[in-house]
Amino acid sequence: MDANASARLKKRGSAWALNVALFISMLIICLPGLWIVLNSLRPTVEIMAKPPVWIPRELSFDAYVDMFSGVGQGGIPVIAYFRNSVIIAVTSTVISLAIGMSGGYAFARYRFKGKSAWFLGLMLTRTVPGIALSLPLFFLYAKVGLIDTHAGMIIAYTALNVPFTIWLIDGFFRQVPRDLAEAAQIDGCTRWQAFWQVEFPLARPGIASAGIFAFLTSWNEFALASQLTRSTDSKTLPVGLLDYTAEFTIDWRGMCALAVVMIIPALLLTYAVQKHLVSGLTSGAIKG
Amino acid sequence: MKASRLPPHIMLLLPAVIVLAAVVVLPLLLSLWSSFTPFRLTKPESVYQFIGIRNYQRIFTDLDFWIAFGRTVLLLTVALNLEMLIGLGLALLVDRQTRGQRLLRTLLMFPMMFSPILVGFQFKFMFNDNVGLVNNALQSLGLTDKAIPWLIDGKLAFLAIAAAEIWSSTAVFAIFILAGLMAMPRDPQEAARVDGCTPWQTFRYVTWPFLMPFAFIAMTIRSLDVARAYDIIKIMTDGGPAGRTEVLWTLIARTAYSDARMGMANAMAYVAILLSVAFTAYFFSKLGKARAQVAGDW
Repeated sequence: MDANASARLKKRGSAWALNVALFISMLIICLPGLWIVLNSLRPTVEIMAKPPVWIPRELSFDAYVDMFSGVGQGGIPVIAYFRNSVIIAVTSTVISLAIGMSGGYAFARYRFKGKSAWFLGLMLTRTVPGIALSLPLFFLYAKVGLIDTHAGMIIAYTALNVPFTIWLIDGFFRQVPRDLAEAAQIDGCTRWQAFWQVEFPLARPGIASAGIFAFLTSWNEFALASQLTRSTDSKTLPVGLLDYTAEFTIDWRGMCALAVVMIIPALLLTYAVQKHLVSGLTSGAIKG
Repeated sequence: MKASRLPPHIMLLLPAVIVLAAVVVLPLLLSLWSSFTPFRLTKPESVYQFIGIRNYQRIFTDLDFWIAFGRTVLLLTVALNLEMLIGLGLALLVDRQTRGQRLLRTLLMFPMMFSPILVGFQFKFMFNDNVGLVNNALQSLGLTDKAIPWLIDGKLAFLAIAAAEIWSSTAVFAIFILAGLMAMPRDPQEAARVDGCTPWQTFRYVTWPFLMPFAFIAMTIRSLDVARAYDIIKIMTDGGPAGRTEVLWTLIARTAYSDARMGMANAMAYVAILLSVAFTAYFFSKLGKARAQVAGDW
């Protein structure tokens, strides 16, 4: 075989190997999710079977029917949890976006003393681990009666999200040229109008990606929620997952079904804005 | 209307500062105070009893605490480094695909949507010694005939936790590095190849310096919530078996809520907070430098 042919063969071989590697890693990424969906659809006997049943013999939506059939019939108050999760996540996302926009705008457009120190200070509040925060927050909330309320959770999540939204939105406003708003003001806009008519639309993709991150954080948070919620008044879905665990046993099927219910809104939302998400995130963070 | 006379940047920052002061700074001050008291939840009046730094002294001689501390640092080091390497590998693999890149990118982001607690349950299920996917697969393939006690043996449990952690967070690195690859001009790479660089040299001296800032952004974002691992560990092993996977956060939660020793737990929490702050401050300073470099290039 001449050198050319062997080099070509080698190249083709390595390309093939890399494709296989990519396929396997994608499989590893997706498998846990598919495994959950599959197990939510099959009867417990089959999940527990020894030797394992690989190809499901019967599929049914029983787990979902049970889940929604209410407390007492093997169900959990999933509708209440879902409602709490939606209310808490959406409200705190909206509030933290509003606060993040005003804070990010301040960092992007004004010069003031100690700016970078303020910025770092705000960021560092985010590093406090949820569990370390939950101890004193629990105590404080108990004093003012915010334990087990929507308001309490919304305030906590807003604080959790504000540093990150400020960071991202700051980066985006910096990318919008200052001249545009100034031109609008010369043409007779007030500063407020210039912001809403010119700067806000241009920074919108970035604000959307900050919103997704805020939403996902609130939707998925557990450490704080597990301590600050008590009943169906404010328990969120992540805390609700624990309803399927008993002292020594776990109802895997029911839990898988609830997991699917939990992941679908996050999936839909992320898919809807996925185009802006990556570009938004990187350019927002890198040019900040 | 005295408030309106404040400079606008203060007005704009005020909401953020108020919220963070109320929900983060004030509770932290409270917990700082209580870390100097023998405060127990069952004895509310004990919060007024000042004992100086006795809690901290006790921590410094507490072997369990330092083992948990070391394990936390080990877990973070192992997980973050592997996440970075695997993320880099994934990004390079996806980047060389010419078709279906959008689909691959969407799939890459899939684990980011999973709640950490969900990841915990999922991997607890998969690593279950009796009905889990991993053992089932190993047994069906005939690689082992007995069930491997993944979550029951201390070392294996640590591996399983690291696997869960890596699965859930590698996406952050992969996506940022991929974004970097896509933004990168191709000419320098080709010039390097023409000048006779090996593929490794091209990567090491041309591609990687360009990607570094992107990797640091991912690191910074990850370091902002390294404590996410708490949820995963809490569900998978809850620090067990016999404390073999106890990390700082599970230890704090146990001391505070199961033993009700709030004062002690708050003292521990302060050590954990300092650890997180050190991580983040380090990566932020790195990010600043990397950013300056990229800004120069662009």
